[in-house]
Amino acid sequence: MANEGPDDRKKGLGRREVLECMVWAGTGVLWTITGGVPHSVGLIGEAAAAESVKGFTFLQMSDSHIGFDKAANPDALGTLREAVAKVKAMPNKPSFIVHTGDITHLSKPAEFDNADKVFGETGVQIHWVPGEHDIIDEDRGKAYLERYGKGSKGAGWYSYDDHGVHFIGLVNVVDLKGGGLGNLGAEQLAWLEADLKDKSASTPIVVFSHIPLYVLYKDWGWGTEDGQRALDMLKRFGSVTVLNGHIHQLAQKVEGNMTFHTALSTAFPQPAPGSAPSPGPMVVPADQLRSKLGLSTVTVMQGNKPLAIIDKTLA
Amino acid sequence: MQILMNQLRLATARFTPGRAVVAAMLVGPVAGALLAFAAVAAQEENVVTIDNFTFTAPELTVAVGTTVKWVNHDDIPHNVVNKDKLFRSKALDTDDSYSFTFASAGTYDYFCGLHPHMQGKIIVK
Repeated sequence: MANEGPDDRKKGLGRREVLECMVWAGTGVLWTITGGVPHSVGLIGEAAAAESVKGFTFLQMSDSHIGFDKAANPDALGTLREAVAKVKAMPNKPSFIVHTGDITHLSKPAEFDNADKVFGETGVQIHWVPGEHDIIDEDRGKAYLERYGKGSKGAGWYSYDDHGVHFIGLVNVVDLKGGGLGNLGAEQLAWLEADLKDKSASTPIVVFSHIPLYVLYKDWGWGTEDGQRALDMLKRFGSVTVLNGHIHQLAQKVEGNMTFHTALSTAFPQPAPGSAPSPGPMVVPADQLRSKLGLSTVTVMQGNKPLAIIDKTLA
Repeated sequence: MQILMNQLRLATARFTPGRAVVAAMLVGPVAGALLAFAAVAAQEENVVTIDNFTFTAPELTVAVGTTVKWVNHDDIPHNVVNKDKLFRSKALDTDDSYSFTFASAGTYDYFCGLHPHMQGKIIVK
């Protein structure tokens, strides 16, 4: 209980709400997709067999919030170190890491420095997109772009190909409008359309951004205003995987050939939609914190195209 | 008492002397100081607090020339962005504040640039 702060946020979290959170978080469920249909394979303890399957593997890490030191986790850098230790211990080295934003809490140079230092220990290439916490420096995103924006367009969007999969990093945290949600903007959407133009429909697509591209919970701003326009452009593809962060909990859904997945944070959990007065950091007993933090392993198997996402907690 | 009287002066200097302050000056130092506190408390009426991703009060009416202060009490940074780009705060970490003086009458819609579902309004008369 050492992590409890003086605030009264926890007072509203009764047993029922805790259980709801646990159900929502669905900690550690392994699932695979074949032809767009998800099959629950088992819990994390049973996942060892699937992990040993030969395939192309990358990781999704998210919401590191380096610099965060409040009651919900006084040491966000420490829990990132634990996550990185798990990456280093993996028997099969991932091809790369996709980081879905909120690297830092306040976009301070020292926070970016600390993040870079710890992430650098993985020895794995990292593809970044910014979260809203990464662009709140005085120059509104300049610090992020100077570090991570090389070769990107606009506010930091880009695409690349790896193992025959087309990866697209989108930025939906810039130039947000009052009353609105996340925002891609006309320039980025035009770029996306051009980027996809010559791609064959059989090309597997992985698209990642910080805020969920679909509207997951409007009251808390968990969605992207013009995200549907991007998703419409992706509909013709046979396999589309959408990876997001921002909400600090697992949420998964499948629509046609599209699979949506939000990752755990490595810093602090947030409440299930509508289960608390606000989406602010959720204080849980210290001995439960690591069961609500984690990272995701995504395996793309060649040929028959099943795709597996395994969410590992830090517990 | 010197400090209290300073606060009284501060209060009277900043605001159109309301009845409370006038009464404070008439009634005498002790009661006056107490009422001066009331006047200082009244200053808080021009403060918008941010708690649980909400601006409170969401709608505030002030006189022309009033300085409004926003204070963030959340564990998460927020900022204050006017819809018409007249003012925009830097990111406010926990307990950070931002002030803006409204020089002319009008309705000023604002939101949090990080969490734009958070909205508020200042009406200046």
